[in-house]
Amino acid sequence: MLKILKYSFYDLMRSRWSYVYFLFYLLLGVVLLFLNNDLNKAVITLMNVIIMLVPLIGTIFGVMYYYNSREFTELLLAQPIKRSSIFLGQYLGVATSLMMSLVVGLGIPFVFYGVFYSDAIWDFILLLIAGAFLTFIFTALAFVIGLSNENRIKGFGYAILVWLFLAVIYDGIFLMSLIYFEDYPLDTFSLGAVLLNPVDLSRVLILLKLDISALLGYTGAVFHKFFGTNMGLILSFVMLTVWVAVPAFFIWRISKRKDF
Amino acid sequence: MIKIHNLYKKFGKNEVLKGIDLSINEGGIFAVLGPNGSGKTTLIKSILGMVIPNSGEIQVNGMSVKQNFKYRDEIDYLPQIANFPGNLKVNELIAMIKDLRASKTANDKELIELFKLEPFLDKKLVNLSGGTKQKVNLVLTFMFNSSLVILDEPTTGLDPISLLRLKKLIAQEKEKGKTILITSHILSFVEEVADEIVFLLEGKIYFKGSIADLRAQTKQPDFEHAIASILSDSYA
Amino acid sequence: MFSKTLIVCDSCEYKTIKSALEAAQDGDTILVKEGIYKEANIKVTKSVSIIGEGMPVIDGNEEGEIITIGADNVTIDGFFIKNVGLSYTTEYAAVRVVNSKGFTIQNLKLEKLFFGIYLQRASHGKVLNNKITGEAVTEFNSGNGVHMWHCDFVEVRGNDVRNVRDGIYLEFSSNNTIEDNFTLNSVRYGLHFMFSHDNKVRNNVFESNGAGIALMFSKDMEVNNNVIKKNWGTASYGILLKEINDAKIINNEFRENTIAITVEGSNRIEYMHNDFISNGYALRMRGASYDCKIMHNNFLYNSFDLSYHGPMNRNVFDGNYWSDYTGYDLDKDGIGDVPYRPIKLFSYIVNRNAQAIILLRSLFIDIIDFSEKVSPIFTPDNLVDENPRMKRIAHDKDS
Repeated sequence: MLKILKYSFYDLMRSRWSYVYFLFYLLLGVVLLFLNNDLNKAVITLMNVIIMLVPLIGTIFGVMYYYNSREFTELLLAQPIKRSSIFLGQYLGVATSLMMSLVVGLGIPFVFYGVFYSDAIWDFILLLIAGAFLTFIFTALAFVIGLSNENRIKGFGYAILVWLFLAVIYDGIFLMSLIYFEDYPLDTFSLGAVLLNPVDLSRVLILLKLDISALLGYTGAVFHKFFGTNMGLILSFVMLTVWVAVPAFFIWRISKRKDF
Repeated sequence: MIKIHNLYKKFGKNEVLKGIDLSINEGGIFAVLGPNGSGKTTLIKSILGMVIPNSGEIQVNGMSVKQNFKYRDEIDYLPQIANFPGNLKVNELIAMIKDLRASKTANDKELIELFKLEPFLDKKLVNLSGGTKQKVNLVLTFMFNSSLVILDEPTTGLDPISLLRLKKLIAQEKEKGKTILITSHILSFVEEVADEIVFLLEGKIYFKGSIADLRAQTKQPDFEHAIASILSDSYA
Repeated sequence: MFSKTLIVCDSCEYKTIKSALEAAQDGDTILVKEGIYKEANIKVTKSVSIIGEGMPVIDGNEEGEIITIGADNVTIDGFFIKNVGLSYTTEYAAVRVVNSKGFTIQNLKLEKLFFGIYLQRASHGKVLNNKITGEAVTEFNSGNGVHMWHCDFVEVRGNDVRNVRDGIYLEFSSNNTIEDNFTLNSVRYGLHFMFSHDNKVRNNVFESNGAGIALMFSKDMEVNNNVIKKNWGTASYGILLKEINDAKIINNEFRENTIAITVEGSNRIEYMHNDFISNGYALRMRGASYDCKIMHNNFLYNSFDLSYHGPMNRNVFDGNYWSDYTGYDLDKDGIGDVPYRPIKLFSYIVNRNAQAIILLRSLFIDIIDFSEKVSPIFTPDNLVDENPRMKRIAHDKDS
C-alpha cells in the first residue's frame, strides 16, 4: 500500500492541478496577511475558505483522479498486489498531496509573517488540522463514489451532491428544524447536529477558538462547555476520525467485491 | 496450469459467462476468440482476479484465485488499453512496476532495445503516441519472466516492424516453455501464433482445439472461413 | 479670623489625622506628611482641606469606612488610602461625602476597597485624578469605584478606575459631567446611570468591562467622544440603552465589543458620527424605539451591522458608511446610487431563534443572506440607508 501511496503522491505532486491548488493557497495566505495585516481577520477569512473550498476540491479532485487513473488501476490490479492496497494507497496518495498543498501553501506565508511568535498560532494550527481532516474525509467520499459508479458523469454528479449536502443543504435542514422546533430545548440537538457533519464540526471548532465565540452568546456557552472540556474535544476529533474511517472502510469493502 | 470449472458471471441481468469449463496445460500459445460480447475479456479478467465470478472455481498453478493476490506473481498481463499516470516518465513507470514486483528479476533493458524505446525514456507518458504507449506496455509485460503471459489485444496500434518483433518475442517466450494466453481480433495473427484456440460464443465454450481441428470440424479450407461458418451457423 | 495649617506626622504635635481634625476650625488646612496612618472612621465635620505630602498612607485596617465628609467645601488631596472594611449590610467606602457641597477629592490612590468614593446627596463638587483599583471578582462582594446617589453638578474627571463592580455609578443624579476617565475590567459596567438626567459623558475610555456604559431610565444625556472597546463576553456590550429618551451619542468609537450598542425602548436618540469597528453587533435594537436617527456613522467589519426587533417605528438611517456596501456611485457625488439594507436575514433569524447563531459563517447562511439582499422578503422593507457613503467618513472630532 505504501508503494502505491508513494507513486500516486509523486504522480500528483507533479500534476499541474496540485501546483494551482498550492499556488492558490500561497497567494491567499500572502494577500490575507501582507495586504490586510490582521492575523485574526486572516484566520477568519481562511476559515470561510477552508470550510467551503477544501471539501469541494477534495471531492472533485478525488473523483477526477479516480476516473482518470482507471486504466492504470487495471494495470495495477493485474500485479500481485492486494486490491484494498491499491485503492487505499491511491486514496491516501491523493489526500496527502492535497493536504500538503494546503498546509505548505498556507504555511509558508504564515511562517514568514511570524505566526510562531503570535497568539494566533493555535488558531492557525487548528485551522490546518480541520483542513487536513476535511481533505481526507471528502477525498475518501469521492473514492467511494467513484468505486460505486462506473459512469463518470454520474460519479461527478453524486460527488457534487454530497458536497452540496454536507456544506449547504445540511445546514438548511438544521436551520429549518431549529425554527420548526423552537419551543423545545435544542441544545443537545444542535450539539448532535454539529457533531454529525464534519463541515459544521470544523467550523464550530474554529469559531470557538476565535474571539468571535462571545458572539455565540448562550448557545456559544453551551458549546464552549462541551468543546472546552477534553472530553468534548476528544469526541469531536473522534467524530472527524470516524468520518475518515467509515468511507475508508467502504473503499476497502467495495474494492474487494468490485469487477473491473 | 489454469483450471476453470463451471464459471458463471453476470453483470446485472446480463449473463456473460454461462458455465465455462476450461483447462489449459503448461506450455504453448492459446488464443481466446469470439465475437464482441462473447465474454473473452471477462474470462481473462476472471483469471486475473479483476472480475469476481458469481460461481465457479478458477485455479492457477494449483492456487485458487479467490481472495488471493499472490498467484498473480506468476502472471504477466498486457491490458487492452494502455493508459498510465500521465505525469510519470517512461523510465519511472518501468522502475515503479519493477519496484512493485520487487521479487522478480526484470530484463527491461533488452526489451527497451528491442522496441527502440531509448529516446522516449525521459518523456512523460502523457506525451507519447498510442503506438509508443503500446510498446511501453509490452515492455512492462514481458520484462518479468513469469510462467503465464496474458495478452489482451496485443497488436493494437503497433506498426508492422514492431508487430514482427512482437511475434518473434512471443515465439521466444514459447520456446522458454511459457504458457501464453492471447485474445485478438486479427485472425491472421492468431492463425500464425496460436497452437490451440478456445472459441467463446455467448458465454460458453463453443470450440476448443487446434486450428486444424477447427478446419476439419467446420469443413472449411481456411481459418477465416472456419470462424465465419461458426458465426453464421450460430446466428442463422 | 485667619486660617491656619495643622501639620500631622510621627514627630509632630498632631500624630493622627483625627487629632488634627479635632483641633481644626473651618477654613484650616491639615497637612499630612509622608507616613503610615492607621486610622479608620475619620469624620470630617468642618470645612477643612486635608492635604497629603508625599502620598501618606491611610490604612483603614478593614475596620469600616475610612473618611466620611459631612461638611461643605472640604478638600481631600494626595493620599494612598487602603483596607476599607467589607460588609454585606453597610456600603463602606474609602471616602464618603454626605449632604455636602463644594468638595474636592483629588489625587487619591485607593486600594483594597469596597466602595471607593461614595457621594451621597452631595453636589457642586469635584472628583479628580484619582486612581482606584479594586479586586472585584463577582458583582455580589464588590462595590463601585465612584458611587453617586442623589448628586448634582459634580465633575468627575481624569480618574482611573479598575477592577471594581461599576467604575462610576450614578443614581438619581443630574447635571454631572463625567470626563477624561478611564475604566478597565469592571465586573459590571464601566459607567452606570440609573434615573439620572442631563449628564454629560465625554472623552472617556471604557475598556474590557462587563459592559462599557449602561444608561437606564434616564433622559437628556450626552455621550460624546468616548472610546468604548473590548467589552467582549457572552453578555457584554459597549453601551446599553434602556428606557432612555433624548440622548445624543456622538463621535464615539466602538471597537471589538460583542454588541457595540444595545437598545431597549429608547426614543429620540441621535447616533451620529460614531465609528463601529469590528464588533459582533454594531447596533442591536429591540423593543419599541421611536424617532431615532442613525446618521453619518462608519460601520466597519462588524459581524452584524444591525439587529432589529419589531417594526420600523420612524427611525432614520441615513448617510452612513457601511463597509459591507457593494453598490456603485455613477454620479460621483460620494453617495451610493443603490440604497443599503443594513439588516441581514441571518440577524433576523437569530433574533427569532438564538440557537441559530451556531450556523454563523456557514455557506448556507452566506447564500440566504445574499439572496435576501438581492430580493428582500423577510427583512423590513423600509429599513434602508438611502444615502450610503462610498467612503469612510472622516469625523470632525472637535464638533
